Amino acid sequence: MKAKIRKIATFVEETSMEMGRKVDPPTRRAAAVAVIENPYAGQYVEDLSELMSIGEELGELLTQRAVAALGIEGAYAESYGKAAAVGENGELEHAAAILHPKLGTPVRRVLGKGAALIPSSKKRGGLGVVLDIPLGHKDAAFVRSHFDGMEVRISDAPRAHEIMVAIAVTDSGRPLARVGGLSKDQIKGEDGLR
Amino acid sequence: MPEVQVRKKVLMVEEIFHEGGPIADKPQRRAAILAVIRNPYAGSYVEKIEPFMDDLKPLGLEMARALVAALGGDSKVVEGYGKGAIVGSAGELEHGALWHVPGGYAMREILGGAKAIVASTKKVGGPGTRLDLPITHINASYVRSHFDAMEVGINDAPRADEIVLALVMTTGPRVHARVGGLRANEIKGEDGLR
Repeated sequence: MKAKIRKIATFVEETSMEMGRKVDPPTRRAAAVAVIENPYAGQYVEDLSELMSIGEELGELLTQRAVAALGIEGAYAESYGKAAAVGENGELEHAAAILHPKLGTPVRRVLGKGAALIPSSKKRGGLGVVLDIPLGHKDAAFVRSHFDGMEVRISDAPRAHEIMVAIAVTDSGRPLARVGGLSKDQIKGEDGLR
Repeated sequence: MPEVQVRKKVLMVEEIFHEGGPIADKPQRRAAILAVIRNPYAGSYVEKIEPFMDDLKPLGLEMARALVAALGGDSKVVEGYGKGAIVGSAGELEHGALWHVPGGYAMREILGGAKAIVASTKKVGGPGTRLDLPITHINASYVRSHFDAMEVGINDAPRADEIVLALVMTTGPRVHARVGGLRANEIKGEDGLR
């Protein structure tokens, strides 16, 4: 493993009541977050390929952790998202190197499919910074019931020379979703959009 | 038909010259606009909320126009976009989902028919809640240089019975974008993805 991991945190949320109404079955989502050393902290490096490889490793590891936290088979995941926070001695482009070139393929391998773009966000910040991981349906980005986001934070990360990398997976959409649009039972699943 | 009551708007503009590497020939600019509105459904469970999406359309157009104006007035400079919402504590996540249609289609209209899905995120939170608005290229979601995000928030919003609605636009790629992938000059522009 190329990534030097200091810590992995896993978060699970289960919502069974909303505005006095029962959510049945409850909606559930999980996020797995790794805190790793940034090999390029403190210097401008042109070639970011080491972080791209680290992204590939973390794509598999964190997706497995998130799915395990939900207690489901990967194929039963419905939506996903990814995010990264770079400590103050790194640059935003380091998050991009982890998230965009190679991380998606192993995520999709663990989940069985994943025709849709994996929504993402990134930032640079200090310890305790909040990450909002955007969520979208994994096979059809336009499924309106699954547009969502999950907030995560780790109080002691990222240190200046670290990067926080997060992957979120759900087995459901929003609780009590009812604003119309494409529903999951209408997915064609060919183009990743509808 | 509930009236759209705006208490406050906030406009934020960032101009980014470099991030430790070469100084950009053309600084990247990001602009976000936030509107704090009263949540007509705060405090109770209302089944039929979809009509409020139409009520929000004029506000969406007004906010999209304000962003173009903040970036110099020419919609052709806009290359990335995103949106989000923060619902006050007396509302539910589903109320934030009302923003998908009026927020997204307003920007597409003002930008002359942008093709890509508008990246989004949403949450329920108290006053001062921060939101990371995800950003992607307006015509092709897979343009890697334009995956970005902008953090926004208002210290006194949303109050319990309010919603913060947000739109964001950018004028170009990340300042030192160099992780490969689809480039803006390679866009086919047919499916909104590539």
